Amino acid sequence: MKILIVDDFSTMRRIIKNLLRDLGFTNTQEADDGTTALPMLQTGNFDFLVSDWNMPGMTGIDLLRAVRADAKLAGLPVLMVTAESKREQIIEAAQAGVNGYVVKPFTAGTLEEKISKIFERVEG
Amino acid sequence: MQEQTETDQTRLEMARALVAHLEVGENKDADRVIGELAEIKENELFTEVGRLTRELHEAINGFLLDSRVSEMTQVDIPDAKERLNYVITMTEQSADRTLTAVEQSLPMVNELEKQADALLAEWDKFRSRLLTKDDFRGLSDELAAFLQQTQRHSSSLHENLSTVLMAQDFQDLTGQIIRKVIDLVHDVEEKLVKLVRITGGKLEVSNKISDPAVLEGPVVPGIEQGDVVTNQDDVDDLLSSLGF
Repeated sequence: MKILIVDDFSTMRRIIKNLLRDLGFTNTQEADDGTTALPMLQTGNFDFLVSDWNMPGMTGIDLLRAVRADAKLAGLPVLMVTAESKREQIIEAAQAGVNGYVVKPFTAGTLEEKISKIFERVEG
Repeated sequence: MQEQTETDQTRLEMARALVAHLEVGENKDADRVIGELAEIKENELFTEVGRLTRELHEAINGFLLDSRVSEMTQVDIPDAKERLNYVITMTEQSADRTLTAVEQSLPMVNELEKQADALLAEWDKFRSRLLTKDDFRGLSDELAAFLQQTQRHSSSLHENLSTVLMAQDFQDLTGQIIRKVIDLVHDVEEKLVKLVRITGGKLEVSNKISDPAVLEGPVVPGIEQGDVVTNQDDVDDLLSSLGF
């Protein structure tokens, strides 16, 4: 299971990386915005994408749309982990095809629950 | 008032002349009257704009002469930016130090846990008299190695936990810095209110319509940020109402 973590703050990337490692996902890579993430996704054979929303360059929602528009990546499960909590934004993300939405600040338990739910659905 | 009536009188006369010209088909004359009418209107406008510009200019000059304002723009606000940048740096450093300590500690804890599990299984066998003499000798060596390992890891863990403890010192310092910046914001607020007053504006708060394209960032208690969810349960409810 290869996972890409996209967030402009290195601290948040490290936290997510450590939580994922605790959950048994050790094969992770990091990117600091959508512009860096997209080429990595296109060539890196990733199985899962965890992305922030508000980032300089390319935002998480644009990255999500780019992923869904790319024939090779369209089926990639995407979990949004973000501080953005407006209802219209959550709806926007859902309409853009997000698989899960976690608002910051979050707990290790929430992250684990959302990830396992996504994989249940993807595999089931 | 006198002037107003005069203008009105002139306009009325011109309007009558215009109708008269139009009725007899003197189109050229009619156009001239229309032009003159427009000129009266323009002159009024120019005079008014001129007056407003002068008033605004004087008011702003008076405002700028307030030495506190220039001090704020030249010293305090640039200082505040520096201070806030320093807050970002300090909190980032603190998070980094903490994360590094945790990342170093977790594998040690995992290792100790794994070794303890294995040793416990062997120890149970020994207590049930299932170990041969050679097996026991092996176990004894492993136990000794484990205890040494525990000693080493404990001292490293102690050091890392102290690092985590000390990394929290940012809270006090950033708190003091941020409080200073809040004072400055308050000061600037007062000056802006004054500026709005001298320019004759009314302090009416227009209903802030939240722009969906603007990212609000973290929810802050007590700040109106539009229709926001307050926790993960709200997010889950919203998504499940959308069929997730």
